[in-house]
Amino acid sequence: MTSVIRPFIPATAKRLLPNRWDLIAFPLILGFLLFATTGIQGTWAPISALQTEPISLDAANLPEYALRTTLRMLAAMFASIVFTLIYGTLAAKSRRAGQLLVPILDILQSVPVLGYISFTVTFFLALFPGRVLGAEFAAIFAIFTSQAWNMTFSFYQSLRTVPNDLKEVSQNLRLSGWQKFWKLEVPFSMPGMIWNMMMSMSGGWFFVVASEAITVGDKTVTLPGVGSYLAMAIAQKNLTAVGWVILTMTVVIIIYDQFLFRPLVAWADKFRLEDTMSQAAPESWVLNLIQRTRVIQQILRPFGKLLKKLARLRLNISLPRAIHTESHSGVSRGLDIVWGAFITLLVGYVCWRLYSFISSEVGLGETFKVVGLGFITLIRVTLLIALASVIWVPLGVLIGLRPRLAEMIQPIAQFLAAFPANLLFPVFVVFIVHFKLNPDIWLSPLIVLGTQWYILFNVVAGASAFPNDFREAATNFHIKGWQWWRQVMLPGIFPYYITGAITASGGAWNASIVSEMVSWGDDKLAAHGLGAYIAQMTAAGDFPKILLGICVMSLFVVLFNRLLWRPLYAIAENKLRLN
Amino acid sequence: MHNETTTLRQEIFSLKHVDKGYHKGGEDDIQVLDDVNLTLHEGEIVGLLGRSGSGKSTLLRIIAGLIQASSGEVNYCGQPLTGPAEGVAMVFQTFALFPWLTVLQNVEAGLEALGVEPKERRRRALAAIDLIGLDGFENAYPRELSGGMRQRVGFARGLVVNPTLLLMDEPFSALDVLTAETLRTDLLDLWNQKQLPIKSVLIVTHNIEEAVFMCDRIMVLSSNPGRVVAEIKVPFAHPRNRLDPAFRKMVDDIYALMTQRRSADTLHKVQLEIGSPLTEVSTNLMAGLMEALAAAPYNGRADLPEIGSKLLLEVDDLFPVAETLEHLGFVELRDGDIELTAAGKLFADYGTQERKVLFAEHLLRHIPLAARIRRVLQERPGQRAPRLRFEQELEDSLSDGAAEETLDTVISWGRYAEIFSYNDHSETFSLEDMEGGQ
Repeated sequence: MTSVIRPFIPATAKRLLPNRWDLIAFPLILGFLLFATTGIQGTWAPISALQTEPISLDAANLPEYALRTTLRMLAAMFASIVFTLIYGTLAAKSRRAGQLLVPILDILQSVPVLGYISFTVTFFLALFPGRVLGAEFAAIFAIFTSQAWNMTFSFYQSLRTVPNDLKEVSQNLRLSGWQKFWKLEVPFSMPGMIWNMMMSMSGGWFFVVASEAITVGDKTVTLPGVGSYLAMAIAQKNLTAVGWVILTMTVVIIIYDQFLFRPLVAWADKFRLEDTMSQAAPESWVLNLIQRTRVIQQILRPFGKLLKKLARLRLNISLPRAIHTESHSGVSRGLDIVWGAFITLLVGYVCWRLYSFISSEVGLGETFKVVGLGFITLIRVTLLIALASVIWVPLGVLIGLRPRLAEMIQPIAQFLAAFPANLLFPVFVVFIVHFKLNPDIWLSPLIVLGTQWYILFNVVAGASAFPNDFREAATNFHIKGWQWWRQVMLPGIFPYYITGAITASGGAWNASIVSEMVSWGDDKLAAHGLGAYIAQMTAAGDFPKILLGICVMSLFVVLFNRLLWRPLYAIAENKLRLN
Repeated sequence: MHNETTTLRQEIFSLKHVDKGYHKGGEDDIQVLDDVNLTLHEGEIVGLLGRSGSGKSTLLRIIAGLIQASSGEVNYCGQPLTGPAEGVAMVFQTFALFPWLTVLQNVEAGLEALGVEPKERRRRALAAIDLIGLDGFENAYPRELSGGMRQRVGFARGLVVNPTLLLMDEPFSALDVLTAETLRTDLLDLWNQKQLPIKSVLIVTHNIEEAVFMCDRIMVLSSNPGRVVAEIKVPFAHPRNRLDPAFRKMVDDIYALMTQRRSADTLHKVQLEIGSPLTEVSTNLMAGLMEALAAAPYNGRADLPEIGSKLLLEVDDLFPVAETLEHLGFVELRDGDIELTAAGKLFADYGTQERKVLFAEHLLRHIPLAARIRRVLQERPGQRAPRLRFEQELEDSLSDGAAEETLDTVISWGRYAEIFSYNDHSETFSLEDMEGGQ
């Protein structure tokens, strides 16, 4: 783990969006969740408890559990890639689809991932009654929801920014749509996509652990895997087992990084356009090995040939009403109106259904209470991100300005960001239980336990990239102390910091669901907050209240992003850009 | 007008026997500066003229207190220099303006650091902005300004702190020709009208004409390591006329000096060894220069400054290509002139394929590293060798950066000559699959 990965501006942060479309996307998604679950509940319930193999705390089983967990990750990643290619293409190529798909995507990534689980578990279990497969799908789907959105955004973004001259060349060469897709569009979007895949993967470990052992009402799912092992260890108060699981995960993440991602990143570097090739190219010893060994090359060659052949086919998939025509005919304008009306009607209907569902099942008092809890969690997230920033920004700068140190620290920070922090929760919980500490205060740090590292490694990257001339100018003009931080360094790293903080805050909201309510054997600790509320309602299987909780949390996240992060990001992009 | 009395004026800066080397893994140091002596007096503009690799920017940074000399004496106003001194301001090639501060804030930053009161700060900053011709742009951000305007902000920022010495690191080389000239004359006007608070200016440049146009005294530095090889007084009065024969003569002499220098060290042409550094010069540029030389009006022989300005090649572009061609046996350099050899003339006449063959022949004969790579590949059973093998060999005698550049250079020449192929992803040389491929 020697090479430092360059930060890519996450697709999440830099897209441009028409805000009014959120009004459409928001109810549509929640409505979908509502219909899916209520419908299934009505027709399929009651479902008998799932029969699964019992989890054994024998450490010898851990390699197998780790393998199954990793396979889930891979399956989810595969699903995410397929989803990305299709959804991103549709959104970018069809104007009308884009109007709907882009805002939906935007909201989807604001919905807390763990919120989905309670619904999807029910849904998938119902799809495959009495089988493990359903639970497997639910877990994979949960990981998928944590990975797919930012990859899709990145792909969509790349498709929209393919340089004009390259488009013209492919037209000039008379490439068909299918050929152009594989020859130009996919390669062009590769670096951004792979960077986002890495980010997704970091988050994914967290959710795979959380989604393997979950109880929704009377249904308990325990899939053989690292997460279930942990849940069992917690239930049995076995601290040694917790230690084993932490060790296993460390090894798994390192292997995953070295054997899958680093080679991918190094390989994808060739897709970079020339003008971004300034820094040192990423290296991977595995990739070097593969490229230098002839045997492996020979084995891989047939696959490569097959793929190339596939890409060379002249398949002409004409997307409905692709955007290559600028002039709108009368028919097209008519269709626009129909399409608009259809969407409006749909949204209206869904809104009405949503309102009537919540008002009939929950009531206004409960809604106010949940919004109140949302504010408590909001304060918790804000305070802890602020606290993490106060600690990590100065440290990150000091590290980043020392290239040797940065090279050492950076992979560690990236590893810590990928490490599922929920594995460490029991250690803290034991401590809190032992000293009988106030959970409202002492559970709070768990929220940023895993995500604070995004701030650190982005700041380190920012400080490392800070131009030497600026540093020399500051020294030459004797700019020191607070003036140095205020006028020189802080503005210089701000874009990087914002990138890290956005990721950290998104992660913190998600983590609140598992960190505001924790247990150690029979000891249950809960802090006041929306996360705890959702967790409790999930355990109780109270769907209207889960839905309400997710609704409110999504709303908070969307508003938080819109009112805080996006304006800050705009400042970073426009005012604080270097060069 | 300043220079006649130079010797009587007060000494501001003096460097005695300054060396600068960088440590490299316990092996011998990479020597950047070797026994440099330099004195700056009140009232003069001094130029540090040298090619890339002459350590002129390093020297400037030693004077600025940004880096320390390995050995030797550095005195500022009679006192040994420790760290960045007050009264030494710097202007950067890249401008180095903080993009998040307005023009006014950028200019004020240095004053704030000195603890000047806000009111006084504002007054002095506005005065500097006026002086340098930036009024009206106080509230603009650097990104809203053109390159020339940005460098004016750089000057204002430097001047506002009333420095004793103004250091300029290639201040005009990032600007287009016309803008650079305007800035030069504006600065010289202010200097000659004694409107500037500074007592002395040190300017680093690789542009010979610029040095002759602006400076009272020029220190010419050699490359690898940097040594002062000549000190030239420029006796012309300002404003100087670039077309004046005496001016042209001085420019020509410096050209001759800078090409001669290299050979004077060893009396005859420097022989390349396997570990000699190579400078990245594209084969297109080489072909272009040979074609231009072969054609009228040069017909095989040209004056270096003349062909340089005709082809819009600055010293840093022209010298490497000229020297590379000399190493390859396509031209000869003498007294500031460049002359095609018989092979060079043939090359200019040839078509694409014949050129490649001729180039390959010369490459293998005159560049030992190319011949070495080819031989190693031929000896190996698989006819392949990793880049690392040669890189490590080069790193014995070169810095990491130079080793990399040298190898990249020989790769691009070797590819053109088709004497070996190279795969950038696996980082291996080979004699196989010369037709390329993925």
